[in-house]
Amino acid sequence: MWDYTDKVKEHFLNPRNVGKMDDADGVGEVGSLACGDALRLFLKMDGDRIADATFQTFGCGSAIASSSALTEMVKGLTLDEALKITNKDIADYLGGLPKEKMHCSVMGREALEAAINNYRGIEAPTPELDGEVVCECFGVTEPQIRRAIEENDLKAVEDVTHYTKAGGGCERCIPDIQRLLAEVRGAQERRAEAERPTPKKLTNLQRIQRVQQVIDEEIRPRLQADGGDLELVDVDGLRVLVSLRGTCAHCPSSQLTLKGGVEARLREVVDPELQVEEV
Amino acid sequence: MAIIYLDNNATTRVDPAVFEAMAPYLTELYGNPSSMHTFGGQVGKAVTAAREQVAALIGCQPGEVVFTSCGTEGDNTAIRSALEAQPEKRHLVTTKVEHPAVLNLANHLVKKGYHLTTLGVDSQGQLDLDELKASLRDDTALVSVMYANNETGTVFPLPAIADLVKSRGILLHTDAVQAVGKLPIDLKTLPVDFLVLSGHKLHGPKGVGALYVRRGTPFRPSLIGGHQEGGRRGGTENVPGIVALGKACEMARVHLPEENTRVKALRDRLEAGLLAAVPDTLLNGHPTDRLPNTVSLSFKFVEGEAILLLLDQLGICASSGSACTSGSLEPSHVLRAMGVPFTYAHGSIRFSLSRFTTEAEVDAVVAGVPGIIARLRAMSPFRDDGAEPPGRGT
Repeated sequence: MWDYTDKVKEHFLNPRNVGKMDDADGVGEVGSLACGDALRLFLKMDGDRIADATFQTFGCGSAIASSSALTEMVKGLTLDEALKITNKDIADYLGGLPKEKMHCSVMGREALEAAINNYRGIEAPTPELDGEVVCECFGVTEPQIRRAIEENDLKAVEDVTHYTKAGGGCERCIPDIQRLLAEVRGAQERRAEAERPTPKKLTNLQRIQRVQQVIDEEIRPRLQADGGDLELVDVDGLRVLVSLRGTCAHCPSSQLTLKGGVEARLREVVDPELQVEEV
Repeated sequence: MAIIYLDNNATTRVDPAVFEAMAPYLTELYGNPSSMHTFGGQVGKAVTAAREQVAALIGCQPGEVVFTSCGTEGDNTAIRSALEAQPEKRHLVTTKVEHPAVLNLANHLVKKGYHLTTLGVDSQGQLDLDELKASLRDDTALVSVMYANNETGTVFPLPAIADLVKSRGILLHTDAVQAVGKLPIDLKTLPVDFLVLSGHKLHGPKGVGALYVRRGTPFRPSLIGGHQEGGRRGGTENVPGIVALGKACEMARVHLPEENTRVKALRDRLEAGLLAAVPDTLLNGHPTDRLPNTVSLSFKFVEGEAILLLLDQLGICASSGSACTSGSLEPSHVLRAMGVPFTYAHGSIRFSLSRFTTEAEVDAVVAGVPGIIARLRAMSPFRDDGAEPPGRGT
């Protein structure tokens, strides 16, 4: 028995906006009988705004609930606003989905994009559906897998299967999924690395300058606001020697301030191995 | 809301008489059957009596019955024992529609270097005996075929299979978990070497089963320990479970004619009622070579989990071979092996009855299902424009 939230159950038992829309301005279709779930989304436009949305779904309880939720979410949005909806937004709207069912929310997001493209007269499938097929069993493409990994911060092959179905059949594509995970996560880490300062490469002088800067610009103003103060005495390798002033000098919780506040902040922005000591 | 339990191939209710028989062994009769004192000895006698009750149901000698913890343990023990006892033989034959207790073990053994032949089935789930015959090799250690399929109820022709396999001197194991108690089985005339049964499928409790090992068959225990079960399975006996299994087998023997008359008639009533009331519905499995309690139907254009959730709203318990109910993404391996079309495979529902099922319950299901299917079909994108699936991946 799946652990569905009450909201999933409620949307499954009383789905909103069910049915075909004969005068739809945009129609998006994703999934297939072979895959075990399929969604057809109809949009009625009022200018650039979605005036109405209906759906037809073949699928399990969470597929029907995700479709129902999606139609409720998009009504009244502009197309640009609607395109910002992620699969996670759909799952969140429903109070969450079991991880094995996250692909239902992905299907909703894909149908929405397909319907908007259809309305905008873009004939070709969305670019992400256009890539090389990785999972033959469920027809999942490389861009779809990359996007799911990026947007949902997926870490394991099993997660990719839950979100996209890729790898859930004959399992022959699992090495490919592993490669994509490594690539996407590698790229994410490189980006994060590039954004982080690189403390290991600081010279001693640079380290002293950075420590001085953080203390002067961030830490001292905070302490001064409470009637205290702090002075940088020296930086000796990874040891930061400070002297407490004002009310800090007599404060019983000054050690807490030093370790929990000053040291933690310096480790965060300068070097994770710094030690702050009072002299 | 009253529960209508039509999921008896998954598990069954414990017969009140079975519970009554086992209860003293959970309370005052707690002795160890191996003990020298009378207090334990009386418990040993109860285990002996249970062994006789099991043997009587399947037509074997009590000494050929080894108590186990479940069907999976029986299957694993039989298959591993057959391979270990014949180390020079490296080939195993089974079918594509076995329970995971056999199929996943067989696939695991392939990774260990064994050769495996997995026999296919036809659209009714039946084996091709010529294919079986052709698969047998000089180095075949064991043939493992289920007696009856849990999903469709299709019954394999065990007497003919046994003739074939035994004429080549090959060991034969059958997972009879679904068959025992529903079909008459007489091991005096059916020459299989191993047979597995499970307590909770025949109105006994979970956690107990039995493995039949034909006298003279080479055997290697899986659990090595004390002298229990004649050294064939170490470990202190699950006495309450064993006593319950004995009682359940005794009662199954009494009720066996009813399974094939009253229960079968109710199953037929359900099957005919649903096929008449719901268009575009297929019967999965063999029309006649089938367990008397089982009917698997596939409803075109709808998905099994959604059906089960709506049945649940009516208090009706059933199962589905749909992908979404299992956590896997593909529909049942049994239906796929039978070549059930995708338009139907995801919408399969299995109803499995028992001697506790009533005519009123069957009629309530026949009354409730058509509305559920109509409701889901009205929602389905495949319904209004034929079976043309949209999108990619077909």
